[in-house]
Amino acid sequence: MMELPNNVFTVATLTAVIQDVIESEDLFSDVWVEGEISNFKSYSSGHWYFTLKEGSIQLKGVMWRSFAGRQEYTPRDGEHVRAHGAIKVYPDGGTYQIQADRLRLLGVGDLFRRLEETKARLRAEGLFDDERKRPLPFFPRCIGVVTSAESAAFQDVLNVLHRRYPLAHVVLSPTLVQGESAPESIVRAVGKLNARDDIDVILVCRGGGSIEDLWAFNDERVVRCVAASRLPVISGVGHETDFMLIDFAADVRAPTPSAAAEMLTPDIADLQAAARSAAALLEAAFLDDLRRRGEQLAMLAHRLERASPASLLAYDRQRVDGLTERLGNALRAALALRRERLNARAAALDSANPSAILARGYALVHDDATGARITSAQQGQHGARVTLTFHDGARPARLDPEETA
Amino acid sequence: MSDSMNDLRFEEAYGELETIVRRLETGELALEESVALYERGRQLATHCQHLLDGAELRVTQVTANEA
Repeated sequence: MMELPNNVFTVATLTAVIQDVIESEDLFSDVWVEGEISNFKSYSSGHWYFTLKEGSIQLKGVMWRSFAGRQEYTPRDGEHVRAHGAIKVYPDGGTYQIQADRLRLLGVGDLFRRLEETKARLRAEGLFDDERKRPLPFFPRCIGVVTSAESAAFQDVLNVLHRRYPLAHVVLSPTLVQGESAPESIVRAVGKLNARDDIDVILVCRGGGSIEDLWAFNDERVVRCVAASRLPVISGVGHETDFMLIDFAADVRAPTPSAAAEMLTPDIADLQAAARSAAALLEAAFLDDLRRRGEQLAMLAHRLERASPASLLAYDRQRVDGLTERLGNALRAALALRRERLNARAAALDSANPSAILARGYALVHDDATGARITSAQQGQHGARVTLTFHDGARPARLDPEETA
Repeated sequence: MSDSMNDLRFEEAYGELETIVRRLETGELALEESVALYERGRQLATHCQHLLDGAELRVTQVTANEA
């Protein structure tokens, strides 16, 4: 039988020994650790998980709900903190971590301070100026996408474009989106698209992740390359709340990759509606045009008719009719006047009528021999035969032959 | 007016259609012109609809040796 070496442990035994060594050490049971918060997550259970960083060296940390609920502030990635607690071994993960009971903010971490410095410097250079922002094409025909080919972000973008604007042609310019080489890779990918003559706009995107994962999009080389891009650039990096330096340099910043794809394209449903309405407008405009012509024609025909000889004749006839009527009226008026005057005369004449006088008791005397009227006592021989005319007839008479006058 | 419809992109066809509608609306055209514009407009509208109905997203990738 082979003799076993005496330094053989099972994993569990070794881990138990390590746990014992670490957790029994007073130094580790009551300790303050300084570092930069990273990967901070607050779970619905109320527990906090985070990593304390110093350069590339990391210490995992946890704060149970009972302590987390008592902290004065909620840490955020990049913040420089001092954590108090005990170092514990976590056998299931084969890791050690700090079980913290207190967290104090020491100030903004180096990472963020450097970021703010870079941001201020680039802003002062004018890289973020509004005047530099270019409008995105309304109908992007060819969309260059800078992202990782296998990423969920790229799938999201394709899904949105497929549903919303399938008229587009997508040209993927693949790149690393995290890690040390990511900035250079992004700059190269953007450059390739700018070198082509068929691209209308560039979409640079990456899905959500820890602030370290996204850090390449804060890299000065990336920011400068986007600011200098010949083609307009829309950025969609991380989640709604993540603001990267690339967002300030891009012509348009979208909160997420999907949002970028939406902001970049018109909706095909709107286009369909627009096309239908344009077709309807075309019909209406053409019919209107025809109707207008019809109306003009009718109006011309009307004018033509008014100017025709027949119409002029009719007009003359009407004038003659008018004159005739006026003439008739004038004649009738004149006749009436005459008749009135005549009546007046007749009345006057009537009053001078001899029979009217005779009726009052006078008589006319005619000398039968001469036929002359005897109007004076000196006329007529004695005994002359005369005729007396009364108003109702005549009687023969004789002047007295014996009269002595 | 002799553009072959098939070469027209949506935005071009749509833009021309809008121009045609505006011109028809001015009502200052000869009748033949008006009719010709209307016919062209009909073709453009159909073309737009075809483009939208038949559109399929095209995806390609830049090649490794590009600039």
